[in-house]
Amino acid sequence: MSWTRRTFLKNSSLAAGALAAPAVWLPTARESWGATLSEGEPIKIGLLFSLTGGLAVPEEDSTLVMQYAIDEINTAGGIAGHPIEPVIVDAKSDFSVYTEKARELILRDKVISIFGCYTSASRKAILPTIMDRDNLLFYPTCYEGAECTQNTVCTGPLANQHSRDLIPFMVENFGKRVFFVGSDYVWPKESNKNAKIWLENAGGELLGEEYVPLGSSEFGPVLAKIRAAKPDFIFSTVVGASDIAFHRQFKQEGFSADDMPIASLTTGEIETKAMGAENGAGHFLSAPYFQGLENETNQKFVEKFLSSPYGKNGVTHYNMEETYTSAYVFKNALEKVIAERGIEEVTPTAIRNACAGIKVGADISPEGEIWVDENNFNTWLVPKIGQCQADGSFKIVKQADAHVEPDPYSIYPDVGTCTAEGLLAPDGTLRTDVI
Amino acid sequence: MANALILGISIASIFLVAAIGLTIIYGTAGVINMAHGEFIMLGAYATYAMQTYFGLPYFLCIPCAFVIVGAIGFVIEKLLIQYLYHRPLDTLLATWGVSLVLIQGTRLTFGSDPKYIQMPGFLSSNIELGGVSLAAFRIFVILAALALIALVWFVFYKTDFGIKVRAVTQNREMAAAFGINSKQVYSFTFAFGAGLAGVAGALFGVLNIVLPTMGTGYVVQAFLIVVTGGGALMGSAIASIATGEMQSIFAMLLNDSFARFLIFILIVVFLRFRPQGLISAGGSRR
Repeated sequence: MSWTRRTFLKNSSLAAGALAAPAVWLPTARESWGATLSEGEPIKIGLLFSLTGGLAVPEEDSTLVMQYAIDEINTAGGIAGHPIEPVIVDAKSDFSVYTEKARELILRDKVISIFGCYTSASRKAILPTIMDRDNLLFYPTCYEGAECTQNTVCTGPLANQHSRDLIPFMVENFGKRVFFVGSDYVWPKESNKNAKIWLENAGGELLGEEYVPLGSSEFGPVLAKIRAAKPDFIFSTVVGASDIAFHRQFKQEGFSADDMPIASLTTGEIETKAMGAENGAGHFLSAPYFQGLENETNQKFVEKFLSSPYGKNGVTHYNMEETYTSAYVFKNALEKVIAERGIEEVTPTAIRNACAGIKVGADISPEGEIWVDENNFNTWLVPKIGQCQADGSFKIVKQADAHVEPDPYSIYPDVGTCTAEGLLAPDGTLRTDVI
Repeated sequence: MANALILGISIASIFLVAAIGLTIIYGTAGVINMAHGEFIMLGAYATYAMQTYFGLPYFLCIPCAFVIVGAIGFVIEKLLIQYLYHRPLDTLLATWGVSLVLIQGTRLTFGSDPKYIQMPGFLSSNIELGGVSLAAFRIFVILAALALIALVWFVFYKTDFGIKVRAVTQNREMAAAFGINSKQVYSFTFAFGAGLAGVAGALFGVLNIVLPTMGTGYVVQAFLIVVTGGGALMGSAIASIATGEMQSIFAMLLNDSFARFLIFILIVVFLRFRPQGLISAGGSRR
């Protein structure tokens, strides 16, 4: 047979048709892709954190605390009599692996929900996959907001909750002149946009705003600029290994926390342990949770967790606690769905919808009672400010009077407001799955 | 501006300390050692272990790190690298494998939580001289860089071992014909380079975080210096000072991310016109 353009077109379109065929007979309803539960089977959830690579320090703790929470729930009888079975994968601190593993968890392991990620970059990497299969992501740490999807529940503070009290507190106690330092990626930049608004309201003055590459350990130039600007305090959104280098070099360069404290959104107990308490002492952190919180639930949580096989790293910190409470948000929501619809009818979407308004009481949540917002599915919580002491523990110096509302679009009112159905623009149009 | 220039010297000294071990291994033995960053990491962990488990003072930990990491380098050379000298691309892959093994081995031994190295109190002060200020620890790193250059120069130009190394580098067969055990010379050269990386680790463990993955950032930096420098010690020193000063000045005028971007571009342009680097070590293998 001779290959003319016509036969080529004919054959290739036949081949293309044959290749495309599977899509035709696959189930058309997205829901039927999704995982379901059945009587007598364990409830499978995915734990998608990095156990190796640069993000392993915080994310290994997230995996450990999830396993602890699952053990605790299973010992107490599981969820409506069903034990939880975690499927643990290693995302290797690589954003393409996050996506690959998320797909694997949904399609192969058929998990009913995924708990995962620590950075906005990895969350944004896996969300398209999760939304495509209508699964559910529990994102258990802080982030910048400006997202409105139908597949995420977040238990950490948003940018609008995180620094709202911190900036006025610092301005009042240390002075109006402030210098911003952050890691060079989306969360610090968005957080700083929020912080600028609080700073303006408090009558403060921004002397400079510097970003260092993620993972950088050279703070010489930044500290030289800070020395020249002479701020009253520093507002830091430096994360991870850089944060440790920043605090160590701050002290080495002769700066003192008494004259120029660093107010941070990330420097918690685990970071302080890594940098040495003498480098952390005197600085401030805003978070909903501290290991030193004085309430009965927390004291029991700290004691039980640290003596369990999962507490080998020796501290509890805000990121861990937010992950821990996310397990109970899931439990309470799933119990509600099972009670309403029966176990055979549970879908990720049903769990997500049931999360609206779900509370985790002060008897379970170490940070005190929290609940999930009915519209944007972030969490109402009480931000607290702690000051690092000479022994590396944090002393609570200020606590918000009431729960603060999560508002993912607080600095972008023109974009719209996040509702349960999608992002509602001021002109009345509704967009779903906005990331 | 004076501040930026002084800080540039400090950054240069950090670059040079990171690169000096690789300069020996790559510049002399010709091994593209992807595990260099992990040797630095091992140096930091050796320092941590000596300080925590044996209570050694920080200054004594530095030579310990040299010996421990040098010994590990020697073993790796004997087990693996010595079979790969005339297969440079295979050493690249093999040493990358070694780096993964070392990272995971460290994680299994020490755990993946960050470790903390304590340094003497007098180093955590700041020295000010006529409007120029610099941390005492940065001055210490500058002095350490100078001392390491002196040490390498002494070993290579004033000892019998150094003469043998240079002979083997220039012409392996001829050197062997004169009775030099070239295999042994390579082993010790590799171990020496690894030991120097260990010293770098002992110093960086104080500036930075101590983690199994801490080395990955340094290996890129070190290769940049060595390739730009051309593989010779002097070349590495000049390349460090040039990039360190540029980093400091650009970061002062613009910002840190942009400074790095500019330096990478300048290095690419430089290598386009001078691929052999600043000072080419020369040798029969190249």
